[in-house]
Amino acid sequence: MSSKIKSLKYNGKWDFSTSIESIENLSIQKEYQLFINGKFQKPVDKKYFPSINPTNEQQLTRIAKAESKDVDMAVNSARAAFNGQWGEISAKQRAKYIYRIARIIQEKAKELAVVETLDGGKPIRESRDIDIPLAAAHFFYYAGWADKLNYAFPNRTPKPLGVVGQIIPWNFPLMMAAWKIAPALATGNTVVLKPAESTSITALLLAEIIKEAELPPGVVNIITGDGSTGNLIVNHPDLNKIAFTGSTQVGKSIMQSISGTNKRSTMELGGKAANIIFEDAPLDQAVEGVINGIYFNQGHVCCAGSRLFIQESVYDVVLRKLKDRMQSLVVGNPLDKNTDIGAVNSKQQLATIQKYIDIGVKEGADIFQLNCELPKSGYWCPPTLFTNVSQSHSIAKEEIFGPVLAVQTFRTTQEVINKANNTPYGLSAGVWTDKGSKAFNLASKLKAGVIWANTYNKFDPTSPFGGYKESGHGREGGLHGLSPYLNLE
Amino acid sequence: MILDLKTKVDKLGIEDRVSRITKRSLKSEAKLQGLKMILSMIDLTTLEGMDTNKRVEQLCYKATHLHQELPELPNVAAVCVYPNMVKTASNSLKDSEVKVASVATAFPSGNSSLEVKIQETKEAVFNGAEEIDMVISRGKFHSGEYNYVFDEIAIIKENCGDKARLKVILETGELGDYDHIRLASEIAIKAGADFIKTSTGKIKPAATLPITLVMLEAIKDHYYNTGKMVGMKPAGGISNSKLALQYLVMVKETLGNLWLDKHWFRFGASSLANDVLMQILKQKTGVYQSNNYFSKG
Repeated sequence: MSSKIKSLKYNGKWDFSTSIESIENLSIQKEYQLFINGKFQKPVDKKYFPSINPTNEQQLTRIAKAESKDVDMAVNSARAAFNGQWGEISAKQRAKYIYRIARIIQEKAKELAVVETLDGGKPIRESRDIDIPLAAAHFFYYAGWADKLNYAFPNRTPKPLGVVGQIIPWNFPLMMAAWKIAPALATGNTVVLKPAESTSITALLLAEIIKEAELPPGVVNIITGDGSTGNLIVNHPDLNKIAFTGSTQVGKSIMQSISGTNKRSTMELGGKAANIIFEDAPLDQAVEGVINGIYFNQGHVCCAGSRLFIQESVYDVVLRKLKDRMQSLVVGNPLDKNTDIGAVNSKQQLATIQKYIDIGVKEGADIFQLNCELPKSGYWCPPTLFTNVSQSHSIAKEEIFGPVLAVQTFRTTQEVINKANNTPYGLSAGVWTDKGSKAFNLASKLKAGVIWANTYNKFDPTSPFGGYKESGHGREGGLHGLSPYLNLE
Repeated sequence: MILDLKTKVDKLGIEDRVSRITKRSLKSEAKLQGLKMILSMIDLTTLEGMDTNKRVEQLCYKATHLHQELPELPNVAAVCVYPNMVKTASNSLKDSEVKVASVATAFPSGNSSLEVKIQETKEAVFNGAEEIDMVISRGKFHSGEYNYVFDEIAIIKENCGDKARLKVILETGELGDYDHIRLASEIAIKAGADFIKTSTGKIKPAATLPITLVMLEAIKDHYYNTGKMVGMKPAGGISNSKLALQYLVMVKETLGNLWLDKHWFRFGASSLANDVLMQILKQKTGVYQSNNYFSKG
């Protein structure tokens, strides 16, 4: 491949006009309350915090902050429901409620997608085509399991754990709520769930859906707040399990807090996934997989393919294809149907990403960023990649949680296995090769919970998801997602 | 000839990419601009056993008088006919910029001797064809005789000389897997094709978005390697504006600005033009007109 050949241009000749998703019929309340015991109620201390639209830094609404007394009420109502009605109804009845939730999510899909985009900054294409459909699919899938648990675990007697506390992150707000609530309900538990502080609204819309589905009061309680509320949940004495998705740092402190208690746990934490392109790979599709791997949801994905390993013989051509493909990414208003990369979720996260970009430059890696116009207000980061990166660069070691890719090269299969496993994380990995045997070999050697071959960031409720090492423990999704919510006698 | 047969195509990956491309939303100015571009890229085609001189003359008239009310609209790129109609088409189009394209090489099957194919090509060029749409020998391709396929294209290209640009029809509907389509694309490009084209229109499936993407990627790799541009022509089955716009988005996002031009991208279609006209009028006036306002045939 010659570097003298004129580079291709992708913009300026025929550009997309804006195509904004309508928000005319949308109503976001001025204030959202806590959902406890089947009712929306004001927090005891009457404290609220703002929820910000990251595209313009304007306040969308204010959200109730749950304090100690509120958490007690939520846990007590969940306990009462577990000991009462929810514990007594048949598994078939439980399934019926979960199916109802799934169906109402589908009915309200558009509203949920728009709110997810307004609140979190993610492109409407993703919330419409990925987040919301997957959330509904998760409820549908686990509804099916509710009355078949004896078949899932032959010769055992599956029993629910009791009341579970669930804390979820801001990157896939509704989808994470579905991942947590659906298996917990299918297995007969009751729930106290706390969404992330910056993205609470769709969880509260889910609370409305749960109310509409007429679940018995107290089966699902959704309380909002920041880390301090999360702490109160983690340390509440009457919970049987903590299910957490979020950063490794917080995960570690939760594990410390619950050590010495009888609480079970599932931790889905950070990642620094290797995406590996072999010279025999379908290169154009591999490049597309790299794009989906790191720039999906602004890189706010725990399983993002943030470390790219390219076999040296195809390094030049892959990089050229990658940079050309980046040119057709559209960055901007996430409500525009053509937007590929929306707003960074919060000011704080933008600062973290910027910090790592600065470190990457300071440590001597070569930066390449999409040259695009960014909106004046709000939090934005253009798709970025670093070349000339080695294993010891901070940007190749630490989770950035943003649209920043660190590109390295390798020569042999053993070398790339060593490099890919040389990380405290182990959530996911991607392998690109035309050779099936190579893909299976890598799948058995890479220490990661999810390994994609010739694709990336594909999710399905039937497939288990979860990490090795500091990426956490326990699995969500599939048959494997049932046992963390069961005592198997 | 040394062929670089390394390049692989992943079926699911291609189809995923296509599905993302089809989700682009084209509104207002971008839509209108795209529709006009499509109109300018159409090879208006009649390839029937029952073609007559009158029929070809009518089509040529249509090509140069697309819509009286909108004189600022571009003309289509070419009229595509059988070799025995080239003279007629050439006469009818002599005062216009619309090119005369002729199929050749025992279209559509290609099952004839090389001598016959060369003779047919020569005649079409002599009679005024500015573009030759040849078919490859699919039987030879499936027998693994890639050199035969290559040489045949090279010879036809030689016979086009500098008078006619050569479009090579792969007839993808008969090739099977994407890997085959990729390989056939590379053979055609390396043998000297000015354009690669999906289909004759006589076999189903004809052009599809995933097949076109595979071919566009072969064109891109050739450009990366040599700096030379090769054109692309999906043909058959593209009958409405929405689908044509999706093809155009695919070209934009795969090859970029240079290929958004009738010199490098064509649609082989007979009924697409009317739908594009109807959509353009809708963009301008806000209402759809009855299709009786658009001349058929």
